[in-house]
Amino acid sequence: MSEPVIRHYGPKAYADHPPFSYPDYRSTVKRSPTHDLIRIVQTLSETTGPGPAWTEISEEDTDLTTNTGTGSPAIGERIIVTGRVLDENGHGLPGTVVEIWQPNASGRYAHWRETEFPAPLDPNFVGVGQCLTDDHGGYRFTTIKPGPYPWGNHPNAWRPAHIHFSIMGPSLGTRLVTQMYFPGDPLIPLDPIFNSAPPHARSRMIATYDHEVTEANWALGYRWDVVLRGELATPMDERDD
Amino acid sequence: MSELLGQTPSQTVGPYYTLRLFKEGENVLVPPGHPGRIAIQGRVLDGDRNPIEDALLEIWQANSAGRYRHPDDHRELALDNGFTGFGRAITDFETGEYIFETVKPGRVPDAEGAFQAPHISLIVQGRGMLNPVFTRIYFSDEDEANRDDLILRGLPAARRGTLIAELVETAVYRFDVLFQGEDETVFFDF
Repeated sequence: MSEPVIRHYGPKAYADHPPFSYPDYRSTVKRSPTHDLIRIVQTLSETTGPGPAWTEISEEDTDLTTNTGTGSPAIGERIIVTGRVLDENGHGLPGTVVEIWQPNASGRYAHWRETEFPAPLDPNFVGVGQCLTDDHGGYRFTTIKPGPYPWGNHPNAWRPAHIHFSIMGPSLGTRLVTQMYFPGDPLIPLDPIFNSAPPHARSRMIATYDHEVTEANWALGYRWDVVLRGELATPMDERDD
Repeated sequence: MSELLGQTPSQTVGPYYTLRLFKEGENVLVPPGHPGRIAIQGRVLDGDRNPIEDALLEIWQANSAGRYRHPDDHRELALDNGFTGFGRAITDFETGEYIFETVKPGRVPDAEGAFQAPHISLIVQGRGMLNPVFTRIYFSDEDEANRDDLILRGLPAARRGTLIAELVETAVYRFDVLFQGEDETVFFDF
């Protein structure tokens, strides 16, 4: 019987991620663990994961400006968002599903739970898409620049413009859901969700305007790379070799 | 040692993730009438024991033969057509209940050459959660295997029960995820 491959993934770098409880984002206080996480050895259950099987059954849907099927384009500032999904060692991760969701140009989500913010819906925009990364880990979406929107966390609270990204990666532990922000947004320093990440890691969530990506007479371009946990270059138990 | 790239920080899925991250039927991994079909249902409870009405649960499991649908699992065990081992469920906005319909996984190897008790990996996210939490679902009718399971044995005895789904009727298990308090579910780092 052929043996399974057991890879050795590096740890989740908790120092680069938000804490579980971050009181400035109020909802985290009761929705966070209070016991320490329990460290376990990685078995096949942790070193495999749903990413590859999810890729097998997923299809690309990368143009959010036209994917409602109405035949009319969405309203707003058309943009291209592109970049790579990498592991910590700098290797592009091919064949990984990148799922995104976002509000429309006026900051309104096409979701039944959004009932408070009287911004218009766009019948030609639902704000969802997915892409399978290419051989180098590259992804590319065409969408509408999302608007900022208010939320109930504190008085006059507004979320900076952002796009939600969900990525499986190759193993259970590489699962990442994050948000991509836009450069120069004055709401960024006021946002407790953005600020929940440690200061040294925050800029990793902000895309870069890239004129090389911008297409003449068509759309502005933004570039953003996402870095997931990677395999240890040298497994812990071989470091002394 | 070469310099590693910094990991992109995790952020919450927020309240609107069902636009993309859940579609009707993604919580059903096997069709009705499938041999060995089981249901796993429960709630996700916050530190005040209020149900979290907008949690996302993702499961990852081997098939009933104990094989993962993953390129690293080359073992010569049958793969079932159409069974990915991946499912997504959301808690109901009114009742807080989630449900998965799947099969009990077979046993997979542990780190010491023996076999683990049947278990399903579970990732929980939601509004108000800045990171996912990772846990495992074991089964109350697998006493013997559970007693030998390396990961369960490594836990404080008083907390092991938080990972055991209770068989409440034929082929129906109940598994709640609890945040905070004495009976908080065990969450893993690996």
